[in-house]
Amino acid sequence: MLTFTLRRLILSVPTLLFISFIIFGLLQLAPGDPMAQVPLTVPPEVKQKMREALGLGAPWYVQYYKWLIQFFWIEPKVFIDYLTNTSFLLGWLPDTSFYQGELRVISWQTRSPVMDIVAQRMPQTLWVVGLSYIVGIVIAIPIGIYSAYRHYSVFDQAGTFITMVGFSIPPFFTGPLLIVIFSVSLGWLPSIYDTTHVVTDWASFKIQFFQMIMPVMVLALQTTAQISRYMRGAMLDNLNQDYVRTARAKGLREGVVVMVHVLRNSMIPVVTVIALGMPAIFGGAIITENVFKVNGIGQLLLTALFANDLPMVMTLTFIFAILIVLFNLIADVLYGLLDPRIRYD
Amino acid sequence: MTEQAIPASPIEADIEIYGALKDKEPQKPPQSQWRDVWDQFRKHKGAVFGGGFLLFITLGVVIGPWLWDVDPKALDIRSKNWRPIYTLLWDSEANAGWVHPFGTDQLGRDILAQMIAGGRVSMAVGWLAMGLALLIGTAIGVLSGYFKRLDFWLMRFTDLVLSLPILPLTLLAVTLFRQPLNARFGPEGGMFILIVGIIGLTSWMQTARIVRGDILALKEREFILAARSIGTTSGKIIRRHLLPNVISPIMVSATLGLATAIITESALSFLGVGFPSDYPTWGKLLADAVQRMQDYPERVLLPGIAISLTVLSVNYLGDGLRDALDPRIRGR
Repeated sequence: MLTFTLRRLILSVPTLLFISFIIFGLLQLAPGDPMAQVPLTVPPEVKQKMREALGLGAPWYVQYYKWLIQFFWIEPKVFIDYLTNTSFLLGWLPDTSFYQGELRVISWQTRSPVMDIVAQRMPQTLWVVGLSYIVGIVIAIPIGIYSAYRHYSVFDQAGTFITMVGFSIPPFFTGPLLIVIFSVSLGWLPSIYDTTHVVTDWASFKIQFFQMIMPVMVLALQTTAQISRYMRGAMLDNLNQDYVRTARAKGLREGVVVMVHVLRNSMIPVVTVIALGMPAIFGGAIITENVFKVNGIGQLLLTALFANDLPMVMTLTFIFAILIVLFNLIADVLYGLLDPRIRYD
Repeated sequence: MTEQAIPASPIEADIEIYGALKDKEPQKPPQSQWRDVWDQFRKHKGAVFGGGFLLFITLGVVIGPWLWDVDPKALDIRSKNWRPIYTLLWDSEANAGWVHPFGTDQLGRDILAQMIAGGRVSMAVGWLAMGLALLIGTAIGVLSGYFKRLDFWLMRFTDLVLSLPILPLTLLAVTLFRQPLNARFGPEGGMFILIVGIIGLTSWMQTARIVRGDILALKEREFILAARSIGTTSGKIIRRHLLPNVISPIMVSATLGLATAIITESALSFLGVGFPSDYPTWGKLLADAVQRMQDYPERVLLPGIAISLTVLSVNYLGDGLRDALDPRIRGR
């Protein structure tokens, strides 16, 4: 298992390099000019100098190499310094100072390091995305179990229909729909997610809770639909197995049979699906963040794209790619760990 | 000769025991495979409804412009902001009428005509992108399943594409390549080619994997060996013997592809990177209406319901097809 994990980890390095090259190539081929916003009164030779100052004068392989160095070597150094110096978790470690003031990946919009902005935006996305995923899973698993156990019952039919609907309605429709119902007509929930809101006491916690309900539920609907379908399928596969009959025949209570014997075996594929679905949820968050005006990384990517901020776009897209590769790896490893029939040797 | 016929051989004695084998002819007349598929498909009510609705929507957007021949781009500022006809049910003062059954938008454009025109674009993008994805997916799946030398590299390539972040890359490609394509094919044609191309190029992977798996299994069967032994060339084997046998997984992934393509196109339009603003698609209509949804919620609801119902019907169709095309489930 360990060798498999290591092999997959090593294999993911060329994968990531290739992906970064594809993204870089796309950006290089693109005709957009970052100087398009500069006023026309600026003479061309000054514009040329500005372009060179952004590193655009160098040939593409130099640009690519510099980006790689900055992302894989300098940014981790900054991150480790942050961890050991100021972070809450590892601040007790002796302070390090790996970062010696080298040039980091700089955003063209704000002229500040991209990773600093990403670090500012990440918590909002993680809160919304993470919470919605947990809520979705918590709702989906009981629905899946029960509708498989009562196969073809009214609950099963209704559950299948609702998951099918949840699967089919896109988040950019559920979002405005919920806003119309709960913000406009009923006036219960705020339609805009206020990220500057700080939770200090019960009242402010309630505000935070209310403003999170809608974005979380929109994302959770997709998760619920997908995972409860898988859960139901996996439970149905297992409920007809011989070992279930054996368990019943030896006089185990129905609750133990279903909730221990069947559930544990059915969770194996579902856990991998949960891991595999994680990056897709980040992708879906781009739309949800746009609907509810959450200033997370999805919204950051959109604004950077419209502003032609190539380093920011490159870094963000690559972060999404890292997430996908990472969760694919986690899913594979989990599958091997949970299912003793699977051996990757 | 006695009354009781003496069994001539032990086999006939067995036939006596197993009553079912006595039947001289099959109990029901034999029918073709597709007849069986259709019979099973009809049992799945959701799938029949889904198929029917998809047909209805497709026909509606294809022949709709002849039935409702109002120009979707015609401005009529005097009759702007009409409400849909059903508002008259509870509010007889409402600004509505049969001239514009779905109402008009803030520039007086007829919403029904816009919905039909938008549906045309959305469905065309969906069908074409799905076709492109199927073409690429089937080609790669067949090649890597049939030719052992290509298998490793093609599958590694598929894995790589699978780990690309699709939505961010799509956003990227659409914003970056909009200008050159627009310059060559016009703002609408260029965008159409771009969106169909991108959705097609980023959604073929599942089809490729499924087709490869099936081809790998089929390749070892006797009928392929027989075909090869009489000297059939690889191309002929693929076209004549393999492709007809993988048609069912391809059809199922086609429905999935259609649903994803429609949703992706609408999502792009919604995020503001899709078609130009005077070119209606369902996603575009929805996105444009979001600003005014407090006063005119129907402008969000109508295109949203159109998208959702279409995708829902396609998903149900896929569900039914999967059951109908699976010989293990069929006949139960």
